[in-house]
Amino acid sequence: MIQFFTETWNSLPPLVQYLTVTTWKILIVTIGVILIVAFSTYFERKVIGSMQARIGPNRVGPMGLLQPFADVIKLLVKEVIVPSQSSKFLFVIAPLLSLTPALATWAVIPLNDWYVIADINAGLLYVLALTSVGVYGVILAGWATNSKYALLGAMRSAAQIVAYEIAMGFALVGVLMAGGSLNLGDIVEAQAGGFSNWFLLPLLPLFVVYWVSGVAETNRAPFDVAEGESEIVAGFHVEYSGVAFAVFFLAEYANMVLISTLTAIFFLGGWASPFEGWTFLNDIPWLAWLAAGGLHWLFLKMCFFMYTFFWLRATFPRYRYDQIMRLGWKVFIPVTIVWIAVEGAMAWFQVGPWAGLNG
Amino acid sequence: MNRTISYIKTFALWELLLGLSVTLRNFFRKSVTLEYPEEKTPQSHRFRGLHALRRYPNGEERCIACKLCEAVCPALAITIESDIGEDGTRRTTRYDIDLFKCIYCGFCEEACPVDAIVETRIHEYHMETPGENIMTKDKLLAVGDKFDAMISADKAADAKYR
Repeated sequence: MIQFFTETWNSLPPLVQYLTVTTWKILIVTIGVILIVAFSTYFERKVIGSMQARIGPNRVGPMGLLQPFADVIKLLVKEVIVPSQSSKFLFVIAPLLSLTPALATWAVIPLNDWYVIADINAGLLYVLALTSVGVYGVILAGWATNSKYALLGAMRSAAQIVAYEIAMGFALVGVLMAGGSLNLGDIVEAQAGGFSNWFLLPLLPLFVVYWVSGVAETNRAPFDVAEGESEIVAGFHVEYSGVAFAVFFLAEYANMVLISTLTAIFFLGGWASPFEGWTFLNDIPWLAWLAAGGLHWLFLKMCFFMYTFFWLRATFPRYRYDQIMRLGWKVFIPVTIVWIAVEGAMAWFQVGPWAGLNG
Repeated sequence: MNRTISYIKTFALWELLLGLSVTLRNFFRKSVTLEYPEEKTPQSHRFRGLHALRRYPNGEERCIACKLCEAVCPALAITIESDIGEDGTRRTTRYDIDLFKCIYCGFCEEACPVDAIVETRIHEYHMETPGENIMTKDKLLAVGDKFDAMISADKAADAKYR
């Protein structure tokens, strides 16, 4: 039986073999991401509930764990209302346009030392390009709805994403200077060797800028003016219902998961273990996983950043719109430029933590 | 100098970290939620809920149709009609309380000279069709019969304060 399958497999042309393997890789990653998204909505409600001394969802399934599925089923059986004055084709396609980039970016993300769908050398550029494309879904949704609230929300959201994109790009310039490569796998490799080799401490200002810009990019609290209930109802997705809304929801959370994972990869060493080189951990059988790098470390780091997303949401009130713009243009961009200059100077003079870097 | 400190604080995100620490502390606090159908808050014996008409232990109605409750009711929720009963005493032929009008102030209970009309602790009731909001004499007596033990205990607990 096994021999039969091996022979069939070997008789296939290499292109078909490649396509099959890649399709399975894509499916595994996509389904994994969607599951993480589903449970992050549950996780969010639990975390924010705890911070407000509440319990959160606990009725559907054990400890409410089936809540996301109940929500999804509810949204799927609801009617999709298309406003009569809207541009129907764009109205329907806009949610897909915002979801696709969020999922497509996972192609270049290394989940461990060998699992990456597309190991391309311009990975960082690909990430930057696709996270920028996500704004089209938002703009088109707002415009196609043909409603003032939706348009205002889309404009706010677009301006905010474009503004923070720049700070984000500059922060990544610092990362690629330190990592010496645009390949995300190589960037993780450059941080191998335990906690002290992570880019977190040497690039601390860039880390903060990147993370806060990431929160702003995903339109999450405290930067969620795009859907400020008190001003513009729900922003660009005000007229969306049923499945179309579910897709927007999925896109927002997929973006959050993506930003969390990217932050982990760029500054916290991705799948590398913080305890790498602590050989005594290998002697204790049930602690060996701590020292070994792998998917579990990436997952833990991602969970930490997802938690921080919810933590920020539970803590801070919404920024005023002009303050968001001021923070983006007048604080974050200067900070990143200054730190890139500092980093360049230090690398040139071979001092500090950059002495050994490729800068 | 103060300016320098303020700058340092700004760039160290000091105020933001203070805020985050508050929510983090609350995250580890026990939640105060009461899971209602399974858990319930403690209730006073003076709780004013659904109304009931009481009887004497021998089965005789307490109500003597004095209409004090009807007079004192601030919401005009009580309607009483009376007649001479078979045993020659004055009895109500109609005793209706409109639960939509009632404000659960408890004045009827205070006014009653024979402790006939009382408000029980029952607060988990509902109406499904129009008209069910009128508590007729029969329904009130039925509530009184069913929850007699609870009503008597509450009355006894409250007696020493009266």
